[in-house]
Formats: sequence, C-alpha cells, structure tokens
Amino acid sequence: MEAFLHQVFAGIATGGIYASVALALVMIYQSTHHINFAQGEMAMFSTFIAWWLIQKGIPYWGAFFLTVAFSFAAGLLIQRTILKPVEKAPVLTNVIVFIGLLVIFNSVAGWVFDHTVKPFPTPFPKGSFIETKYFSAHEIGTIVVMLCVLAVLFAFLRYTPVGLAMRAAAQNPESARLVGIRVSWMLGIGWGLAAAIGAVAGMMIAPVVFLEPNMFSGILLYGFAAALLGGIDNPWGAVIGGFIVGVLENILGAYVIGTELKLSVALVLIVVTLTLKPNGLFGKAVVTRV
Amino acid sequence: MPELLEVKGLKASYGATQVLFDIDFRLAQGEITAILGANGAGKTTTLRAICQAVKTGGSVLFDGQQLVGKSTESVVRMGVAQVPDGRGTFTALSVEENLKLGAYVRKDRAGIAQDIEKTYERFPRLKERRHQQAGTLSGGEQQMLAISRALMLRPRMLLLDEPSFGLAPLIVAEIFRIMRKINEEEKVSMLLVEQNANIALDVSHHAYLLETGRIAVSGPSQQIKNDETIRRVYLGY
Repeated sequence: MEAFLHQVFAGIATGGIYASVALALVMIYQSTHHINFAQGEMAMFSTFIAWWLIQKGIPYWGAFFLTVAFSFAAGLLIQRTILKPVEKAPVLTNVIVFIGLLVIFNSVAGWVFDHTVKPFPTPFPKGSFIETKYFSAHEIGTIVVMLCVLAVLFAFLRYTPVGLAMRAAAQNPESARLVGIRVSWMLGIGWGLAAAIGAVAGMMIAPVVFLEPNMFSGILLYGFAAALLGGIDNPWGAVIGGFIVGVLENILGAYVIGTELKLSVALVLIVVTLTLKPNGLFGKAVVTRV
Repeated sequence: MPELLEVKGLKASYGATQVLFDIDFRLAQGEITAILGANGAGKTTTLRAICQAVKTGGSVLFDGQQLVGKSTESVVRMGVAQVPDGRGTFTALSVEENLKLGAYVRKDRAGIAQDIEKTYERFPRLKERRHQQAGTLSGGEQQMLAISRALMLRPRMLLLDEPSFGLAPLIVAEIFRIMRKINEEEKVSMLLVEQNANIALDVSHHAYLLETGRIAVSGPSQQIKNDETIRRVYLGY
C-alpha cells in the first residue's frame, strides 16, 4: 500500500510537469489554433541555458529567474520574427515552421552543449525539511513551484489589463482590434509566456530525467495527451489532464505494463480521447455555422 | 461646422472584387451622418474602410489626418470607435470586462471607473448583468453593450453598423433615442450605416444613399425624407 501511495504521489509530481507543458500548448492553441510542436525543444534549450548559468557560478534561483526571463524574451522574439510572417498562412505552413524550430533547437543544443547526458541540480535536495514520508523533497518542491506558476499565470490573465486584452484577442481578434488591442503583440506575449512556463517545467524535470537534447521528446507527448484529455481550449482542463496523465502513467508503468511501455500510455490516451471524446473532458464542442 | 471626417475617392476591395468605387462624403463635427443602402450596397465595407480593416484606396481625412495606410489599432487610438457588424461582443467575457476592453487604450483609471458607472445609469439592465457572460444577454442588451463598449473609448467619432439589425421595433426606437441623446449631450459625432431608412433619417442630420458601391443621392436628412421620388426609387416606402 505504501509503495502504491508513493507511486501516486510521484505521479502527481510529474503530473505537475505535464500540466505545465500542456498549459504552454494551450496558451498558444487558444489564440492561434496551432499546436506548437517545438514547445518541448524550446523548454529543453531553456534548461540548457539554466545549466550553463549555474556552471558559470550563478546561484540556483538567480539562474532560475534569469532563465525564465530569457525564455520569455526568446519566445516573444521567435513569434515576432519567425511566426508573424506566416500568421495568415495555412495550418500546414505553420506546422512545418514548428517542426523546423524543433529540429533547429534540438541540433543547436547538441552542437553547443553536446549530447552527453548531464546531471541537473535540484534546489530541493534530499533530506531538506520539506521531505515527507511519501514525497521526496524534489517532488514536493516541483508541485509547489508548478502551483505558483499556475497561480501567477491565472492572476495575470484574470486581473491585469494585458491579461484581459490577451483573452479578448484570443476570443475575437477582429473585435479586439476595434478596441485598439494590438492583437499580433498579444500572440507574441502568449508565446513568451508559453516559453517561460516551458522553461520552469524543464528545470523541474531535468533533475529526474537528466539533461540532454532529447529529454523532452517523451514529455511533450505526455503534455500533448494531457492537453487533449483536458480539452485543448481549456487551461484548467489542461492542468487537470496533466495530473491525471502523470498518475496514470506512473501506476500503469509500475503495476500493469512496466516502465518500458510507459510512453504508449500517452499514445493510447491520445487515440482514445480523440475517438471517444474529441473535445476532451472539459473542452467546449466547437459549433460553426456553415 | 468644421469637418471631422472627409472621405474622397474611397475605394475598397476584397481580393479581386472591388466593392466601393470612388465614394465621397463628409461628417461635420458634432453631427450624425447616415449612410443608407440595401444589402450588398457597401455600407459595412465603408465603415471597415474608414478603420482600415479592409484594403482601401483614396483618402480618408479624420480631423486633418490621413487614415489610409494606418493600422486599425492606430485608427482606434486616434479616437474612432466602432459598433461593428454583428455587435462584436466578447461573448465569453463578462459584461464588465467587455466595458473595460472598450477603454483599453485609455490610461485614466478614475475616468474609466466613472464611465462604467455612467453606462450602468444609462442602461440599468447592464448593471444587473455586470458579472454575467456577455453571450447570455438578449440581442437588445448586446446592442446596448456594444454601443456602451464603443463609448468607453470616449471617442471623437462613433461608427455604427446597423444598430437596428435583428431587434424588435420598440428596442430599436429606444436605442436610437439614446444615440440621439448621447450625440446631443456629449457631442460625439456619429457615422451611422443603416437599412432602416425611416428611423435613420429621423435621427441623422445628413444622409447619403449608397447604391452598389457608389453614392447615388446625398443631402440633409429631412429633405431626403420629404422627397417622394427619392423615397420611392431608393428607399422603397
């Protein structure tokens, strides 16, 4: 029983990571109706930046916040320079751009930081006071950090004028322009936020899966499964989906199918969601008048 | 009266299809000008052309400044508000959030709060529903919200696209009465696009009749209303 509980709680911790990856995907999906396939590689690259800063002797939390700020700026810059020109282009064009970004980030990371697997420090080491019977210190720390990210994001979208403008632009871009909102910049900020959230997720998962250019290939799939399960247009759904996927993955991996087949849980979830409940658990059905 | 808006040789097209052909009209400071016409005459496109939401040619001078070539957002920032076709409600946001968005480009927090209160005095129905999702409002309430949202900009010019569309006659009368009052009390100049010629001629000072992308007739509204030939040929009543 104790082992089982431990699996559940470990699942909640990784679920927090999936939740934030899913949230990053939803942030961009809501306003553009595109899935950013490069989301994982962007997060991986951000994690390398954090690693590099720590190597340079910057204390962990300093490196953490510098990385978040850098990732926000980089996300914004990528949207402004690479995606703005294809804003009105067909979906397929955008998909190709995303795949291009994915390959570029992956190769550049391998080229600059090389492919050897690197350990990444955790700010919540073993034996620190937050450790409990069922949760390791890093698991608790991860959950707390992820909940903070969610709270900050929620407060930003709910209570600030820019957050309101972002929601308006995502919902009705034409009308948003007519009240003076620079819609294209709102997409840019959305990209920046998604990149920043991804960076936090990367720094939290890196101590577990270690740091290397392909570290996010599986995590992005889980994040994608979480977003779909929760409803790709619903941020809260994505978060809940993340926790569900995290726990399911851990329990099925430990007791049913073994760790080697864990990734297929994500794939099965994606297929099952898309066939049985394409709008996810909390998503809205899209009705269009034709 | 000095001109607030002076449109000369306005052309607009969607892709290869030209919709407006060299349209000229003007709006005097503090007045209401109506543009009337049937479906497909180019009324909505005229408004979209003024706020640069469609590819335009010619000249649109707003208070002496050229609008052609600017972005929609910049035109709005100069004080041009619009009640768009289909009302443009942010349906998933609350009534109050819709109003706040109307004042998005303003920075005076106190003034914004004051204007929201003023809106609630003008339309008590909106106050009752301030925390409700705007999509749950009735058609008339959404039109009131759309006008209020546009006024939150404290615009110098208000563009109205068929405010009577899809509403019961009593509500239409109510909305036009309030528009007239806003025009008189707050000196907001209005450019009104309408199919409902009767009520639009009553409320406006000047009117232009638009026929398949060209101006057919123009003049003071009362004169057009009393001219039986125009009424029969163009307005059909």
